[in-house]
Amino acid sequence: MSRPISEDDLHAYVDGALSGARRVDVEAYLERNPEVAEQYARFGRQRETLRAALGPIAAEPVPPQLNLAHLVAARRQSSWTGWRGAVAACLLLLVGGAGGWSLRSIGTEPSVGINALAQEASYAYAVFGQDKGRPVEINAADSTALVRWVENRLSRQISVPDLSQAGYRFMGGRVVATPNGAAGLLMYDDAQGARIAILMRPMMRDQNAPMAEHREGDVVGYAWADNGMGYSLVGGNSAASLLHPVADEARRQMRSRT
Amino acid sequence: MQDMMAIVEPLIPSLRRYARSLLRDQVSADDLVQDCLERVIGRWHQRRADGDARTWVFTILHNLAINRMRQTARRGVHVPVDDTSETAFATPPTQEDQLHHQAALTALAALPEDQRSVLLLIGVEDLSYAEAAAVLGVPLGTVMSRLSRARQRLAQLIEEGPARSATTGPGLRRVK
Repeated sequence: MSRPISEDDLHAYVDGALSGARRVDVEAYLERNPEVAEQYARFGRQRETLRAALGPIAAEPVPPQLNLAHLVAARRQSSWTGWRGAVAACLLLLVGGAGGWSLRSIGTEPSVGINALAQEASYAYAVFGQDKGRPVEINAADSTALVRWVENRLSRQISVPDLSQAGYRFMGGRVVATPNGAAGLLMYDDAQGARIAILMRPMMRDQNAPMAEHREGDVVGYAWADNGMGYSLVGGNSAASLLHPVADEARRQMRSRT
Repeated sequence: MQDMMAIVEPLIPSLRRYARSLLRDQVSADDLVQDCLERVIGRWHQRRADGDARTWVFTILHNLAINRMRQTARRGVHVPVDDTSETAFATPPTQEDQLHHQAALTALAALPEDQRSVLLLIGVEDLSYAEAAAVLGVPLGTVMSRLSRARQRLAQLIEEGPARSATTGPGLRRVK
């Protein structure tokens, strides 16, 4: 006598997972039990239907964001950036600690430099980037008045980059307060209403600085300084990957005009 | 990393299909697969060398999918069962089998998540019973009983027809 046929055997039969001898037993059993045979034949048809219905998904070409080689490359880059970031953080800590110690009698130094600028841009974006009612004080239609206002307060010439090629429309701007004096804030939005902003102010330190990414909560930005003016282009986290080329473009335009 | 590429890359179509079958939305399914691949790349060296790579990758994807579905259920995001069968599983509408496929997918969508995963892993992705048990983190016996219940329930739902299976679908379907 062979072992009694179990439901597990019958499912394994449907899935083609039975070994030769057991398969023969199951086939013989199904021949003797047409009702059971009909039920499992139906399961077999269901299985085939699902495979046929879902098969086309696996036949689709793999989209670029799932290209494994790209993902590996992106990871290498980000781990390198992370490592550099860690080194920079250690250095800053060291510098900050030493600086703080040497300045202990003078009191607290106001934060200056490109990192301060980055933080100011993030704060300004966090406030005005979300503002539904009045994101800008002077809108794009009055950009001459806006530029005059900002130039008067910064005592510098400024220009408004045209980012429409990147899909961002100029909305307008305002002067904002920072711990390092007045700054100009230019606001842009895309077709979906997602906003980015450029904050600019004269730099006391870090008069020239290469572009660097910064993050503060949900705000991502790219900050740089050219000839004594500091800039940071900031936006929401969701647009993070798009911001770098936009910042490059803004810098290119401002360099060519000043 | 070379061996990782050689082993994981051929799995991607399967991973996309499994994720989309569970989430019923192409964009979030591909996001999920991307998440999964990033983890696979990051943890490749932590993988048990004697273990089966495909099972390991599917385990990562399955756990991510479960988390995503729980989050979605908690947030109460509307998942329109009827629309997704057309948009997420688009197959050429010229085929005669079309209605048949549609009915099976609608019924599949109405199954509880644990039964759906078993049916997909075994019936569509061709994992063995033992591999499915490893992916789902349950004993083999549980896999077999879920498979049995899933097949019976699916047959019942298909027989009842799409109208009924759509109205008796579980938690994910919400009417606002």
